[in-house]
Amino acid sequence: MKVIVPVKRVPDTAGEKKIDSETLNTDRESVEAVLNPVDEFAIEEAVRLKESGDAEVIALLVGPESAQPIVRKALSYGLDSAIQVTDDAIEGSDALGVARVIAAALEDLEFDVVMFGNQSTDARTCLVPAAVAELLGLPSLTYARHFEVDGDTVVVHREHEEGWDVVESTLPAVVSVVEAINEPRYPSFKGIMAAKSKPLDTKSLADVGADAGQVGRDNAAAVMFEFEPRPPKEAGTIVEDDGSGEAAVQLADWMQEKKFI
Amino acid sequence: MSELLVLIDHSEGKPRKLSLQLVSAAKQIAGETGETVAAVWLGPGASDNAEVLGKHGAEKLYAWDSQDALDYVTLPKVAALQQIIDENDVSTLLFPSTNHIKDVAARLAIRVDGGVVTDCSDLQIEDGQVVGVKEVFGGDLITKARVADGKFPMWGVSSNAFTAEEGDGGAAEVVDLDVQLDDAAKGAKVTDVEKQASAERPDIAEAAIVVSGGRGLGEEEGFRLMEELADVLGGGVGASRAATDAGWYPHRYQIGQTGRTISPMLYIANGISGAIQHRAGMQTSQNIVAVNKDPEAPIFQITDFGVVGDLYDVVPRLIEEIKKRKE
Repeated sequence: MKVIVPVKRVPDTAGEKKIDSETLNTDRESVEAVLNPVDEFAIEEAVRLKESGDAEVIALLVGPESAQPIVRKALSYGLDSAIQVTDDAIEGSDALGVARVIAAALEDLEFDVVMFGNQSTDARTCLVPAAVAELLGLPSLTYARHFEVDGDTVVVHREHEEGWDVVESTLPAVVSVVEAINEPRYPSFKGIMAAKSKPLDTKSLADVGADAGQVGRDNAAAVMFEFEPRPPKEAGTIVEDDGSGEAAVQLADWMQEKKFI
Repeated sequence: MSELLVLIDHSEGKPRKLSLQLVSAAKQIAGETGETVAAVWLGPGASDNAEVLGKHGAEKLYAWDSQDALDYVTLPKVAALQQIIDENDVSTLLFPSTNHIKDVAARLAIRVDGGVVTDCSDLQIEDGQVVGVKEVFGGDLITKARVADGKFPMWGVSSNAFTAEEGDGGAAEVVDLDVQLDDAAKGAKVTDVEKQASAERPDIAEAAIVVSGGRGLGEEEGFRLMEELADVLGGGVGASRAATDAGWYPHRYQIGQTGRTISPMLYIANGISGAIQHRAGMQTSQNIVAVNKDPEAPIFQITDFGVVGDLYDVVPRLIEEIKKRKE
């Protein structure tokens, strides 16, 4: 079985984010970049498949050359090899543009499962896994909190607001996972060392056969054109409770004044 | 006259609150663009709702009365929407920006050459065009987005961005659809539905008030207190990642950068320090209350009303006080 895990480089949530005023892109250099935290759950699920059978597990990252440390980080968890699609023409793509690049790269590979994290912590559109599935004509089994394979059959529990749907489908399929699915391991020292020499195949847009006329800023279907920082919040009321719980009365007064009671 | 299409999400035969908010939003926009509002109901139960959707502003209701819409994952809904868009003069789609429906939007966008903007907290009209307002990077930046010329515009709207308003419109005119599905559309079957949520308690995305608990609860049992507070307020219950990781509350209620993002009218954080990862999921709430022992907790930087104290002293007293005032 072959499992591809698309991973993303995102700015660290704890860092201050800036938008480059000229390109209207995230100023990636201004904050520390990290592996998208939700991707760790997809990687863990893939590595478990490898451990329980004979799966080959491959990372796929779309992004500039400077994102390579993120690919190595993904490899350090135990993935076998990686593909990085790097091309200046990709810069500024919207979610659907990125999905087109990922889908083009996947088309060259024979795989059984594409295992995404359900969202990235920066844009959080959640659009990419389903768009990739559509481009490849495959089922999109997203928001999986449980995943199991039996031969050609796959069962996932798709999380929703009220619980989950049990879904049965066939492979190949595109899956995205939520945090509830597993508890990711930390990379071992051995894993970190091994990641440095694992095969990394760098490809251009032309290499993967993606249409440059459908990616990049000029071809983005959704365009963000104005940015402003969130206005700072005015300091609110702070009261101290003396251990009697009486501060709750003041809180109830405030809630009543605001018509919440 | 072109139509603004609104995808209705429904549960137990009733439209969800967000969907009614969307119909009202569409009516506002249609008032400015001179269009009409058409709702889409995929699955059984449409005709029973023609009246309520009409009251909120829908003139037409496309109805696909088929269990297939619900029994197979995503693709039947995509096929039905594609058919409506192909066969009618539809200018725009509004959809509830919730996880499973975002999948429908993503797949549909590929088919109809659409441009999708998710998670809008407002839709405005600028120069006759719809513009979406959305918060990115966990609410640190507020952006405006438009859909490129020539692309079919698809707007995903978050809960509580608009108010559902009933007007004096009559029932929407029901237009029955006949959708033929190919085998691929039936490729992923829903074999069972596991409902765990309390039917009485609203989901955190829809609730006007959300009570949430974190590490400071100390134990799973603390969530019974959160539920009690939520129930006297008619609110939903959420949790920080520390609490869901500890197994005290189900993951689907996790609020934060790796969980869900909500914007209720009132958010009450109990025993949550308010690290940036948590704030990314709730800082756009209209009013924020926190109860925390630690006066230095970062949550107090964004609260409208903060109580420094032990939540086990404060919350039971608050519940008592609310009950008393409600009598």
